[in-house]
Amino acid sequence: MDYSRQLFQYILSGLSNGAIYALIGFGFAMIYNATGIINFAQGEFVMLGGMLTVFFLTVLKLSIIPAIVLAVVISTIVGICFERLAIRPLKNAKPLSLIIITIGASIFIRGAAMLIWGKDTHAVPAFSGNDPIYIAGATILPQHLWIFAVTILIIIAGRIFFNYSITGKAMRACAYNAQAAGLVGINVKNMVLLSFAISSAIGSMAGIIIAPLTMTSYDVGVMLGLKGFCAVIIGGMSSGLSTVMGGLLLGLLEALGAGYISASYKDAIAFIILLLILFIRPEGLFAKKEAERF
Amino acid sequence: MLRLDGITKVFGGLTALEDISFSINEGLITGIIGPNGAGKTTLFNIVTGLYAQTTGEVYLGEKNISFLNTERLARLGVVRTFQNVELFGQMTVLENVMVGLHTQSSSGIFSCAFKLPGHLKEEKIIREKSMEWLKFTGMVDIADMKAGNLPFGKGRLLEISRALAARPRMILMDEPAAGLNSRETDELAMLIRKIRKEGITITLVEHDMDLVMDICDSIVVLNLGKKLAEGTPRQIQENPAVISAYLGEG
Amino acid sequence: MFLKKQNIMTEKRQQILVFFIFATAVLMVPLFLKGSYLLNVLVFVGINTMLAVALNLLLGYAGQISLGHAAFFGIGAYISGIITTRFPIDPFLIIILAAFCAGVLAFVIGFPILKLKGHYLAMATLGFGVILYIIFNETVDFTGGPSGLSSIPSLHIGSLVFDNDWNNYYLVWVFTLAVMLLSINLFQSRIGRALRAIHDSEVAARVMGVNARVLKVQIFTVSAVISAVAGSLYAHIMTFIAPASFGFNFSVELLTMVVIGGLGSIYGSFLGAAILTMLPEFLRVFQDFDIIVYGLMLMLITMFMPGGLVGGMQKMAEITVAKIRKMKGKNAQA
Repeated sequence: MDYSRQLFQYILSGLSNGAIYALIGFGFAMIYNATGIINFAQGEFVMLGGMLTVFFLTVLKLSIIPAIVLAVVISTIVGICFERLAIRPLKNAKPLSLIIITIGASIFIRGAAMLIWGKDTHAVPAFSGNDPIYIAGATILPQHLWIFAVTILIIIAGRIFFNYSITGKAMRACAYNAQAAGLVGINVKNMVLLSFAISSAIGSMAGIIIAPLTMTSYDVGVMLGLKGFCAVIIGGMSSGLSTVMGGLLLGLLEALGAGYISASYKDAIAFIILLLILFIRPEGLFAKKEAERF
Repeated sequence: MLRLDGITKVFGGLTALEDISFSINEGLITGIIGPNGAGKTTLFNIVTGLYAQTTGEVYLGEKNISFLNTERLARLGVVRTFQNVELFGQMTVLENVMVGLHTQSSSGIFSCAFKLPGHLKEEKIIREKSMEWLKFTGMVDIADMKAGNLPFGKGRLLEISRALAARPRMILMDEPAAGLNSRETDELAMLIRKIRKEGITITLVEHDMDLVMDICDSIVVLNLGKKLAEGTPRQIQENPAVISAYLGEG
Repeated sequence: MFLKKQNIMTEKRQQILVFFIFATAVLMVPLFLKGSYLLNVLVFVGINTMLAVALNLLLGYAGQISLGHAAFFGIGAYISGIITTRFPIDPFLIIILAAFCAGVLAFVIGFPILKLKGHYLAMATLGFGVILYIIFNETVDFTGGPSGLSSIPSLHIGSLVFDNDWNNYYLVWVFTLAVMLLSINLFQSRIGRALRAIHDSEVAARVMGVNARVLKVQIFTVSAVISAVAGSLYAHIMTFIAPASFGFNFSVELLTMVVIGGLGSIYGSFLGAAILTMLPEFLRVFQDFDIIVYGLMLMLITMFMPGGLVGGMQKMAEITVAKIRKMKGKNAQA
């Protein structure tokens, strides 16, 4: 009984981490599909989400909802500026240059965060208290429910957006074939900008909902960003269900590995999985050969 | 010299090439023509080992080269040029050609870093031979220019020089005249004939019909992934199937 | 034709002359700086130059990125540190062992990892770096974990002990100059050209018979070996090492050094290493700003000065020469 309760606990925390990884992975996939760039700065938007929320809550004494909204809005603006200033001016840049630029942007944003908010770790209050809820003998925090709810909402919203709205369809068209999309009158540049905006918004949202569980500081973006990338590699570069599966699987493996093998190697597990998948099946575990890219 | 036997290539669910068989004779110029999407470049990619065919075999002489990789094929004397010119842009014209002599030299990383005598001797030979090839194509005076700064026509020429330096038995040229003006195209035709005189077999994919009909000894026509016809330029020009499928359009 | 040959000769002579002047300058510097703190800083400039050159072989020559190079640096440092603190073996032998281990590891992971391209390669090397960083941190019994490994013995040859800045300076710079010279030699050689060809167009290089797969692994291995040697030297000079020196941040710092100096330029790597090592030492304010400045430098130089500082200077020199020529031409006409 104890054993299965423990297992359940691991699964639960694994799934909630996995949901976060999936959201971050979404951001990676969205930009990748629009531009062919892996945005190394993706994790920094996750950090910005959490840190900005802390800032608005503690310094400006806002209540939680406006703090979150503002945090997402500002992260999105940072994402837009990034695209405008560092990505758009480069035409036909080599992948190597793009990698270096997004890495540059990533440490720039991290450095700025460190200057503004210092190196301390900050706590974010849970959205609706810390009273654990008991399910089948295992405990679950209300924040876990928030994480699941927000993730599911974002996924559903994404599906609706990409399948039913004109803009969403235009973005999908760009992902399939940017040149052809341009020919039928879609403004490809705006779509790229939009992909940066959406992915920084989703990234910051992920950072906000995880912050109450893990605390936040200026340097959480590196690890979270890498895990999100890991999720998207496991799932394959589509921001559809396979990314969610990738994220959840990663979260689960990590939690089980940490529980049954060694907690100190928790992070290493994710990267060993990442390397194995890159070596053996770089197109992802769940991706069909010609998977839908959004 | 080169024989294709039942080459089929399927991408996903799409058949790009279907049961293509033909031979390329040694010392001749063979043209492969066909409308866009006929599978010409795919065929080149298969012959040069960049793609693996789904089924079918490729023979070089008696040797089955079906699944050899690109660098092995280069050593056997099969080299190619690219439709959109793949130069080493950061390197000089001379250095580009010197890379062509890679397979004719053998110094390792250790010998190169320590400048061992064997390497220095080899280096001298590489340099001299490369200059000879630049002379052959008439590019000696711009040997020190950065390849990335060359005008398009010269870039084409450099790509051919580099391929020649690799001492090929056979060169596959992917649309060598694309992007050239008419004077440059004439010069290209002359150069291609000059290359044939060196005993090198040439196969080219080309859209410029005048050029193809002018220089090719034999022509293969592809359409929608299938071989439509094969023969001398005259036979092709008179072939009704070709006329209706291809020449008729123009 | 004859003229061309002469050009090449003078170019080669020029290269040798430049290196000779550089090496002489480097070896003379301590004479003016005896007992100065700057000498101590220059020891680390030497180590970082070696690392930057190693990364440049991979990144600047072959065009393959690695975001995990600090790990090889760490392997060298830890193998030397762990063994020499436990067993009384000649530390120089252990440097060879460390270099060998790093080389074998690089060779083994090189094949699968260098099959990946661009962003995927970056992520994979990054993942590799993070895994090793975690291992440095968690194998506390060997590495001392986050609190580090101390009392690593200094190197010595007979009675000559490398425990002061003067000796360390010469120790490090002899290695660094050797690495620089060999790398410069490599650039203009069969292998150097093949690597640069892979950088510009891998597919065209392969069509020319360059075995890109093997060559990339070779240069990755060489690069790892040099980094490990730098790591061993670092461990013996510092006599104390901790995982923080071998993490992702340092990999990015190395990348910044190479990019600032200029991809493919060996003197550029020295310049990049010198700037990034000295700035935080002499600009106290800079210490808080360092990563923000690194980030800006990476972005701005990649966007506006793709040849790095050395490339930029060369370009400026070319433009000036062209201008002077033009003016001379005008004068002659007049």
